[in-house]
Amino acid sequence: MTAAPNRPPMISVQDLWKSFGDNHVLTGINLDIAEGSTCVILGGSGSGKTVLMKHMIGLLKPDKGKVIVDGEDVVPMDERELERVRRKFGMVFQGAALFDSMTVYENVSFALREHTQLSEDEIRAKVREKLGIVGLQNVEERYPAELSGGMRKRVGLARAIVLDPKIVLYDEPTTGLDPITTDYVDDMILTAKRELQVTQVVISHDIASSFKVADKVAFLFKGKIVAEGPPQELRHNPHPQLQHFLQMWFGKS
Amino acid sequence: MTTSDLDSGPKRNPLVGLVEGVGNGVIGAFQTIGGLFALGTSVVAWTFRPPFRLQNVFTQFDFVGVGSIVLVALTGTFSGMVFATQSWSAFELFGAESLVGPTVALTVTRELAPVFSALMVTMRACSAMCTELGTMRVTEQVDALETMAVNPVQYLLVPRVLAGLCMVPLLTMIFDTAGLFGGFFVAVPLKGLSVGTFVLRTQNLLAPADIWEGLAKGAVFGFTVTLIACYRGYNAHGGAKGVGQATTRAMVDAAVAIFIEDYFMGLLFHP
Repeated sequence: MTAAPNRPPMISVQDLWKSFGDNHVLTGINLDIAEGSTCVILGGSGSGKTVLMKHMIGLLKPDKGKVIVDGEDVVPMDERELERVRRKFGMVFQGAALFDSMTVYENVSFALREHTQLSEDEIRAKVREKLGIVGLQNVEERYPAELSGGMRKRVGLARAIVLDPKIVLYDEPTTGLDPITTDYVDDMILTAKRELQVTQVVISHDIASSFKVADKVAFLFKGKIVAEGPPQELRHNPHPQLQHFLQMWFGKS
Repeated sequence: MTTSDLDSGPKRNPLVGLVEGVGNGVIGAFQTIGGLFALGTSVVAWTFRPPFRLQNVFTQFDFVGVGSIVLVALTGTFSGMVFATQSWSAFELFGAESLVGPTVALTVTRELAPVFSALMVTMRACSAMCTELGTMRVTEQVDALETMAVNPVQYLLVPRVLAGLCMVPLLTMIFDTAGLFGGFFVAVPLKGLSVGTFVLRTQNLLAPADIWEGLAKGAVFGFTVTLIACYRGYNAHGGAKGVGQATTRAMVDAAVAIFIEDYFMGLLFHP
């Protein structure tokens, strides 16, 4: 772990509850994510991972509980305050969610044009720098449809970090990717942590990938975090659902 | 579940099914109208908040307005010609051919121009709008905007609805001109009415208020059809199929809305 023990966590989720009709998705989540660390929220489909992440960025309001981001509770915030807090976040979507009518350059520069007064030269320099961090060159004039899945994810990360956010969220970054591209994306997450010192939250059900990139893994099962800790500790955690989940991968490999 | 499981269930009264169907339809309609009002209010509110993205607005003006000029001019010309031909054959029965000009002019300016211009915009622009927004929704591009602290209603919907509101009245004017030209072409060169009679009769009976009525209708229809397309696209879900369904529903809703609004606006202007 890279964070100093006495510093408050960058994200603190406290007793978070959320239901959609009769479907109780989150039932009392407590989770602290230290500044500068990478936390993987691991769980099967329908465990509530994405819902939990949407609460962190204020896209959903909980029925009960607090979500404290960088010292501020985002739950009671109105849309305008949320927009201010959202600038602390960068998000990498499962399918990259690049604007498909825009080139890579326009995608990465989008937030700079929206939220800064930088000149075109400064924007170009910044876009080049961010694309460099994610290891991409000479793709600026290409459209997302012309890129491979892994490259799209990298452009998605470059776009997410262009405003130098404090926190980067990844929604299922390796789902549906082949093993080589998965490695490529894992390296991307590790590089981002090394180069940018940001707090990263990864939503995943990919155990191998999670154990590679995480400082801490939180295992979500039926709307509750049933086990959490560094990957090596979690491997020996006796929780039956966790062991069953882990065996799916460790049993095979 | 097997067929025998289905058969063993209690027999449903067909009347209950009918009432349920009607009830669900009514609830659905009210939900849509409520959703449209909520989204419409939000669009109006976001229109007046900075930042003002003029480039996005002009792009939509170009797409909705400029892109529809030829289509509207063509439909306008032929509508005027059809209307002149039909009214000529009726009016010549009692020697009132000189009224063809004003009949075409009044019908076109008050009714045909706004209704057909809005229908053309619905077909050409709103279908594309709904599909584009729906695809952006299901591929999480709308969520991406939101996470980048850019309000999607302001960024995506405001320019499109503004384009409908401002461009459909302008297209209505083009339709007016083309329709009158079509009527003139049938009545004067083809049927042999004198230019003076056509122009004078039309001038006498067509008032500026008739043109204003058409333009007001155009603005209302333009706002409504783009709002419906945005509403359906923005709330699309369920992948490519969902986007297709959203577009179909948007087209149907928009077309029906035009005719319903046309009736009530007609009552407003001619109580």
